Amino acid sequence: METLINIILLTFLAIIAIAITRIRHLLVTVVLTGMFSLLSASLLVSMDAVDVAFTEAAVGAGISTLLFLSVLALTSTEELAGNRKFSSIAFILVSITGAILIYGTLDIPKFGDPSAPVHHHIAERFIYESPDEIGVPNMVTSVLASYRGYDTLGETTVILTAGIGVLLLLGRGKQDKETD
Amino acid sequence: MEHHLVLRVIAKFIIPMILLFAFYVQFHGDYGPGGGFQAGVIFAAGFILHALIFGLDHTRKVLPPVVLRVTGALGLLLYLGTGLAGILLGGNYLDYNVFAADPISGQHLGILLIEMGVGITVASVMLSLFYIFAQP
Repeated sequence: METLINIILLTFLAIIAIAITRIRHLLVTVVLTGMFSLLSASLLVSMDAVDVAFTEAAVGAGISTLLFLSVLALTSTEELAGNRKFSSIAFILVSITGAILIYGTLDIPKFGDPSAPVHHHIAERFIYESPDEIGVPNMVTSVLASYRGYDTLGETTVILTAGIGVLLLLGRGKQDKETD
Repeated sequence: MEHHLVLRVIAKFIIPMILLFAFYVQFHGDYGPGGGFQAGVIFAAGFILHALIFGLDHTRKVLPPVVLRVTGALGLLLYLGTGLAGILLGGNYLDYNVFAADPISGQHLGILLIEMGVGITVASVMLSLFYIFAQP
């Protein structure tokens, strides 16, 4: 049953991805991008990664779609007609890269394989020790906020820096005159 | 959207619930899925809905962009300060064990503080971005 759901979700993801590359109307593309995020979130839920799914649904499907829509309100909703003719060099290059990537996945352990290296490095220690060391029922939070506190600090810094960058690029002029 | 009565009435019901849900996600992150990142985004979404229904000017009166710039920095400072407090209390940087006599209570307090910092920064940055892009 779970395999069937995964196959359906992945098929939809592929269809939406192809549609995004084909459709010229940017409004439709933005809505499809939001759907792509929401389907990815569903896929993550079926993999029991609810924290990641939650973030994907809130950030990818929610805020990003909204920000894209507000950008579209500032620009045009129709993509300019560019050079769209078939290029055989590009096609060969993309096919080779794709084949290499698929070849690379052959070595990857199966999903949920208990003997996969990722489950034996440091994850075991987190799973066995975190109830005694941190005592937080949600292990994701104890890894994210305590064991990996530095990483989260870096992520928060990245978000603030990105915000400052956008403010510096776009936030000058009108907004400053109105508020200051 | 000044004269969409239905939207305005529904939004007045929904916005407080969105903000409350954001706080739930923020402070329940220790026990269920959630945390600062998601809560910050949901909190910002509540204000974005307010801006869409009642107009950007009203929202900018409720939460001025200048305030958002300050709170965005304050959130990260809260995170950095929590780390420094660990050093001042005799531990390592971002070591929460020293915050309380019992290491587990210390960990809970530390996680609460840094998640709050993350939430404040994410909400402020997301709203700032929306304010800029929504400028007419």
